[in-house]
Amino acid sequence: MSDHDHEHDHSRTFQPDHAEPTSEGARVGLALRELLIEAGHYTAEEEQAVIASMQGASPENGGRIVAKAWTDPAYKERLLANGAAAIRELGFELEPYEFTVMENTDDTHNVIVCTLCSCYPRALLGMSPAWYKSSSYRARVVREPRSVLAEFGVELTDEVDVRVHDSTAELRYMVLPQRPEGTADWPEEQLAKLITRDSLVGTQRNLETT
Amino acid sequence: MNEPVFQVGQRVRIDDRTPPVHHRVPAYAKGKIGIVERVCGLHGEPEKFIRGDGKPPQRIYRVLIQQDKLWESYEGTQGDKLEIEIFEHWLESVE
Repeated sequence: MSDHDHEHDHSRTFQPDHAEPTSEGARVGLALRELLIEAGHYTAEEEQAVIASMQGASPENGGRIVAKAWTDPAYKERLLANGAAAIRELGFELEPYEFTVMENTDDTHNVIVCTLCSCYPRALLGMSPAWYKSSSYRARVVREPRSVLAEFGVELTDEVDVRVHDSTAELRYMVLPQRPEGTADWPEEQLAKLITRDSLVGTQRNLETT
Repeated sequence: MNEPVFQVGQRVRIDDRTPPVHHRVPAYAKGKIGIVERVCGLHGEPEKFIRGDGKPPQRIYRVLIQQDKLWESYEGTQGDKLEIEIFEHWLESVE
């Protein structure tokens, strides 16, 4: 019997400490950070503020934007024409990137990758999943998108074209997934809960309503 | 000043060069021909920035390329496409 009295199960909540950096690359990164702060390029407090704002970001933000677009056709039009401006309307800060929102339709499926590194709309959606950063996803989804999507459970017929977006420079992307059938009378807040991280990247196509 | 050189719908070729510095054009797209899908904003040129030459603004375009023009024996439909961001100084017009 443990000496503290609470209900959660440690086998589920235990998380190992982050390991001390041991690779040469990690050490160089730490040294560089210290030098940049010492030289006055930015302060440790500024760094903390950026990390905190990124930790506050999550796919729920994307859910809010998508639900708004589903229920407000004029907003959707603005979102597709100029993603950054429309997203700022909802109070999100996106500087300095341009933001492009790609709409899935009955005959087009969009999927996002950064082949050169792992650019991801972190400031809006939070940290990217590990697979998004893997060299396997990055190398394969541009070359054989249909196979990779099938591995994620997205089976596409030949009636649906795939459009891969390689985020190689200064733009950030988000997919606008399709609104599921049978949700016509759902309020925006309820719709927002349907949207998953993977559907915003394009590795999920159909959203579950149950 | 800084007016876009290329317009939406224009056919462009992505240059096939490999400067010995950081640049944002993946090898698979070099030398390939596509269509300007969207004219984007001005952003700092990575090759100059990495040399410490500031961030001179360069126009970015989104270039739409047929998948079967990118890869030999591509498995998919004729409609499958890839879109990629390319800086203006990497593009040339194709008749």
